[in-house]
Amino acid sequence: MELTDTQIERYSRHIILEEVGLAGQERLLSARVLIVGAGGLGSPAALYLAAAGIGTIGIVDADTVDITNLQRQIAHRTADLGREKVISAAEKMSAINPDITVNTHRLFLQADNIAEVIDGYDFVIDGTDNFAAKFLINDACHFSRKAYVHAGILRFDGQMMTVLPGETACLRCIFGGPPPPGAVPSCSQAGVLGVLGGVLGTLQATEAVKHALGQGTLLTNALLKYNALDLSFRKVPVRRNPICPLCGDAPTITDLHDEALPVCDLKEARP
Amino acid sequence: MNVTVNGKATETEAIALGAFLTEQRVKSPDQVSIELNGRILRREEFDSTTISEGDQIEFFYFMGGGRGAY
Repeated sequence: MELTDTQIERYSRHIILEEVGLAGQERLLSARVLIVGAGGLGSPAALYLAAAGIGTIGIVDADTVDITNLQRQIAHRTADLGREKVISAAEKMSAINPDITVNTHRLFLQADNIAEVIDGYDFVIDGTDNFAAKFLINDACHFSRKAYVHAGILRFDGQMMTVLPGETACLRCIFGGPPPPGAVPSCSQAGVLGVLGGVLGTLQATEAVKHALGQGTLLTNALLKYNALDLSFRKVPVRRNPICPLCGDAPTITDLHDEALPVCDLKEARP
Repeated sequence: MNVTVNGKATETEAIALGAFLTEQRVKSPDQVSIELNGRILRREEFDSTTISEGDQIEFFYFMGGGRGAY
């Protein structure tokens, strides 16, 4: 791939970095990243990855823009209310950077379609808001040996971990599986500070860029815990769990399945 | 007894893990995964686990429990 003069100008602040250079920018332009969810986490990730010149970005979401989204889902504008989120996000990404290809996947990922979708990408960003999707992405990336980054946000807290399947600790190593229905509040029930999506989503985008460049150390075998009120970041070491039902010594999960979505009736709960 | 919880030095009167969770204001054991001295506990172990001097305890909260719209 030969960069044009315009591209060299556009990416000059990358190219001047010793760890990126022309070769690194070419790697970014050849990279293929899938973002699942065009919401609080996915919006900032999508905009920054588009700006960075990630050559192919897929974005998955079946939803339309709702007014309650606009407090944090910065890819969408008031004028986008009612529009498909993937279209709304793709427009903003292409407007920032017409160099890149944006693939829109207007669907929710399930056990019967996820393998086909993630197949076309090198790295997956989990920007979802529910445990069924989070564990499905974890499992599908395990079976497809696809690197991915998990994140979750709630109230004033966020967490994140990058997984290199078969090599580093996965979501099930820590949590086993989803919590019982109703045990954990959702953002719609418990609230979420809007900028948290920006903090964690841009960190997820950073992991995608590092993965594409082959630079630095990914957030593997560690869960990052962020609290906005204390402004604390803690990188908590974790390791592969021998009793992990997915990647442990005697796995009980041997193919993809859909976890049940909870029926939410929790009145009050907070971490 | 002195233990470390989520990286912070903490004093506790609790011995049983369940009492310790209450003391630490964990609303329900279903909300957390617990690492004790570097090992993730099985949920079935919660009831029989006790806390000892110097233990390193980490709570990992489930985060992201929406209903299916990203």
